[in-house]
Amino acid sequence: MRIAVIVFPGSNCDVDLYEALGTVCGADVAYVSHHEHSLVGFDAVMLPGGFSYGDYLRAGAIARFTNIMPAIIKMAEEGKPVFGTCNGFQILTEAGLLPGALKRNDSQRFVCKAVPLEVVNNQTLFTSRYRPHERISLPIAHADGSFYADQKTLDRLEANHQVVFRYAEENPNGSLRNIAGITNQRGNVLGMMPHPERAVEAILGNTDGLRLFKSLLTNGSVKVGE
Amino acid sequence: MTNVRIFVTYKQSVFDPQGETIKDAIHTLGHDEVTAVKVGKFFDVTIDATGAAVDQSVKEIADQLLVNFNMETYHYQVLEEAE
Repeated sequence: MRIAVIVFPGSNCDVDLYEALGTVCGADVAYVSHHEHSLVGFDAVMLPGGFSYGDYLRAGAIARFTNIMPAIIKMAEEGKPVFGTCNGFQILTEAGLLPGALKRNDSQRFVCKAVPLEVVNNQTLFTSRYRPHERISLPIAHADGSFYADQKTLDRLEANHQVVFRYAEENPNGSLRNIAGITNQRGNVLGMMPHPERAVEAILGNTDGLRLFKSLLTNGSVKVGE
Repeated sequence: MTNVRIFVTYKQSVFDPQGETIKDAIHTLGHDEVTAVKVGKFFDVTIDATGAAVDQSVKEIADQLLVNFNMETYHYQVLEEAE
C-alpha cells in the first residue's frame, strides 16, 4: 500500500505525517507536491495540518484550487482512503469532500493542548483498532476548529454514523455536538481537527494516534463500496 | 469598468465569536446602547464589464470562492461604473 502526503505551501505537519507512517509504521509513503496533477500509483492520500496559503480568505479555501486537488477528489470518488488532519480537514470541507465547515474557535484563541476524545465509531477503516467508545487523548492545535453545519446535516451525520471522534469532556472550540472528526457517507474520507500523527511514539508521551495509522494500513487496500 | 464591493458575513444563525468579543469591548467603553455587533469582510473588485455581465461575474466568484455557504452569506454594491 503506497501513501501520498500532500505538501501545500504553508503545510507544517507534513513531516509529522510522513514520519508517523514511514518511520514509525514502516509504510511506503512519499511526499507529493501540490503542483502535481496525478496520484496514479498511490492507494491512499493524506492532507497534513498547517496553514496552507496562510489561511487567506478562509482556512483551506485556496488549497482547493491547486493542481493536485482533482486527483485527490478522484481518489475519494474511487473509494480509496483520504485523510485530513487540522488544515487537511479544513481543505476537505472546502473541497466539498466532507460536509460542514470549520470556523473560528468560540474563544477566539489558538488552542494547543491534549484533549480527551471519544471514538464514536470504530467501524471505519481508520478506527478499527480502537475499542467501541474508547476514550483516547490527542493533541489539538488550531484557531479555526469549530465544526459547523446546519441541523439537518448534523442529524444526517449522526444517523449515518459519520461522527467518528467527539470531544469527550470540555469542548475546546465550540464545535457543534462536540464533533472532532467526521467521515463522508461512504466512509473512505476522514477529516479531524486533532493530530494523531503527533501521538505515535512513547518517548513523546502519547501513542493514542498510532492505531489510526495501523487501522489504515490494515484496511486501506480494501476499497470501500458505494 | 465597474467597481464592486462584495460583503461576506456569517449567516444570521451562525455564532460570530469576533462580533461578540468586540461587543463586550464596546460595553467596557460604556456604550451599553450597543446590542449587537457582526463582523464581516469586504472585497473591492474591479471588473472589466458593465451591467448584467458584472452581476454574473460577482455571482460566480462569490459562489465558487469568496463565500462558504455552509456558514456565510454575501451581498454587493456597485460603487461606480465607468466607460
